[in-house]
Amino acid sequence: MTIDRRSLLAVPLALPALLGRAQAADPYKVAFVYVSPVGDAGWSFQHELGRRAVDAALGGAVKTSFVENVPEGADAERVIRRLAQDGNKLIFTTSFGYMNPTERVAKAFPRVKFEHATGYKRGPNLATYSGRFYEPRYLTGVIAGRLSKTGVIGYVAAFPIPEVIGGINAMQLGARSVNPNATIKVVWTSSWFDPGKERAAADTLAAQGADYLTQHTDSTAVVQAAEEKGVWCSGYDSDMLKYGPKTHTTAVEMHWDDYYIDRVRQAMAGSWTSGDVWGGMKQGMVKLSRFNPALPAPLVAEVTAKGEDIKAGRLVVFNGPLKDQAGAVKVPAGRAMTDAEILGMNWFVEGVQGRAGT
Amino acid sequence: MRLRLEARQQPSRTMQWASPVLAAVLAALGGGVVFAALGHNPATALATLFLQPLATLDGLAELGLKATPLLLCAIGIAVGVRANVWNIGAEGQLTLGAITGGGIALAFGGDGHWWTLPLMLLAGAAGGAFWAAIPALLRTRFNAHEILTTLMLSYVAVQLLGWLVHGPWIDPEGFNFPQTRMFADDALLPVLLEGARLHAGFLLALLAVPLAWGLLSRTATGFRLRTVGQAPAAARYAGFSADGAVWFSLVLSGALAGLAGVCEAAGPVGQLQPLMSPGYGFAAIIVAFLGRLHPVGILGSSLLMALLYLGGEQLQVTLQLPIAATGTIQGMLLFFLLATDVFIDQRLVWSPRHA
Repeated sequence: MTIDRRSLLAVPLALPALLGRAQAADPYKVAFVYVSPVGDAGWSFQHELGRRAVDAALGGAVKTSFVENVPEGADAERVIRRLAQDGNKLIFTTSFGYMNPTERVAKAFPRVKFEHATGYKRGPNLATYSGRFYEPRYLTGVIAGRLSKTGVIGYVAAFPIPEVIGGINAMQLGARSVNPNATIKVVWTSSWFDPGKERAAADTLAAQGADYLTQHTDSTAVVQAAEEKGVWCSGYDSDMLKYGPKTHTTAVEMHWDDYYIDRVRQAMAGSWTSGDVWGGMKQGMVKLSRFNPALPAPLVAEVTAKGEDIKAGRLVVFNGPLKDQAGAVKVPAGRAMTDAEILGMNWFVEGVQGRAGT
Repeated sequence: MRLRLEARQQPSRTMQWASPVLAAVLAALGGGVVFAALGHNPATALATLFLQPLATLDGLAELGLKATPLLLCAIGIAVGVRANVWNIGAEGQLTLGAITGGGIALAFGGDGHWWTLPLMLLAGAAGGAFWAAIPALLRTRFNAHEILTTLMLSYVAVQLLGWLVHGPWIDPEGFNFPQTRMFADDALLPVLLEGARLHAGFLLALLAVPLAWGLLSRTATGFRLRTVGQAPAAARYAGFSADGAVWFSLVLSGALAGLAGVCEAAGPVGQLQPLMSPGYGFAAIIVAFLGRLHPVGILGSSLLMALLYLGGEQLQVTLQLPIAATGTIQGMLLFFLLATDVFIDQRLVWSPRHA
């Protein structure tokens, strides 16, 4: 970067002109709040890709902005409020812990529209959205079940909330569908983004015999650990192949672009309404990222076919019979879990080791 | 002629106070260079960072809100350091204060008792004091150093809070998400400004400034603490108890940190979550030293630190500068403080080449 003296001088001169024109053709302001630094992979990065897609699709008609690394808790409310005061008309808050702050600000700014990812509180100007991350997660379970020699999958997870527990259960079900002895060991990090802790957890799991690693956290630390140890792994949020060129099989990838573009268009057109969207592989909100070229072709074919089954509704991940860790039947044969049940999942399926709590 | 450093006969009092101001000015200048390198007008960016957050009443209220936990924790830390007792674990004591105070809120909130809120504050302070009393016991009984024990107990406190909000205290209507239910209105600190979030905890933090100052400079206890810290042999000769100083300063700083914790829970957060603080207890160590371990200085440095947080958000909101730009300025502030602190004990002199 260089200092451009001409543009620097131009700022004070251009200011009155800008102010004068402001009322004429205001771009529609849209803001995003991220829980971790954007970086180049991970949960926040995928939302950032969505924001850039909005820019690309709508061009000068919108002005998007973001605030990164906003802690869940007292600070979030100030940031969201500031964005609303700053003239943003639609604000996406992209972490579960922003739920109560978003709700409070939404009540204070009834004319601003809010969208909260992964939460459950809604209002006339507060919608929620999320992805069915468990669908591609099931497919990574199939891969893990086929590739693991010890049958032990190491899973680094942030918090035992239903979204995370559902992912672990889906992976376990996928693994058991091809290897009846497969088990998952879980280590909790109590943080969405803490590369040091995630790395330490991955080391612990590998030392306990896990030869397939994955994570439900926001950094690439687990993939990098697997690459160093030479054990298979799958990424989360983003395609993380470049962090594990030899061992990264595929990743559960989120894809917010279409949703964000649709919602911004609706908000601009005045047709935006509150609601809840929970998109799966069929809607393209979640998918498997590209496969590692080293994966055996029959396995790739098997996983691809099962992915098509999920999209077509032929394969339902949380379909009975499902047993909990103690072997008690939680969901009888012939019945699938309802969305409400999946959203409140607080128990592990048979085969997961550890407790569904810290 | 050449420039060299020469030891002063006595530490310079002027420099001791000028150093943080100088460091702040240098950090602002350095920040200007960073902004220019990022392609922004340095004047605009600096105004966004330091002035824009203060432009509205709401902004000022947010500044006080952000400074409250920093101020409370830093004053406690400073009292300890004066007695050569290093409480690195204010974060954990803050967390425990949130737990004990929050426990009262969950048990009695909504019942309409007048004593709920006072009891919460007392319980928060007591919880923090208890958490700091453990390192005091370990230090005086087993000679385990408090730098290690206070720090390690911070992680224990966070795990304890995590267990509570994932387990026994979880909101039964919360879809199994790790959080307690929201506190009832009578378990929330009153707001000082209509429509803003600044709460009565800010007044408690402000009150701690003259109290701590009076304690340190106007009471026999303060004199004992400082003597134990600065001249242990003299303190022993005078019969001042070193163990007493450890107990007193740890329990006091723990109570202040615990108060900060319950004020966060009963203030802007309004419930208990797995993490109650984005590192206030650790940032407060920096605040304490930036404020020269003096309560009035700490009031200034806690506001400056709070302003840097707010300004960093403002830079992102209005100029789309990355959060790392703010981190760079915070780093420069500490770097320049260390550099300018050199001149407290030393001075620059011109000397002839062949003297």
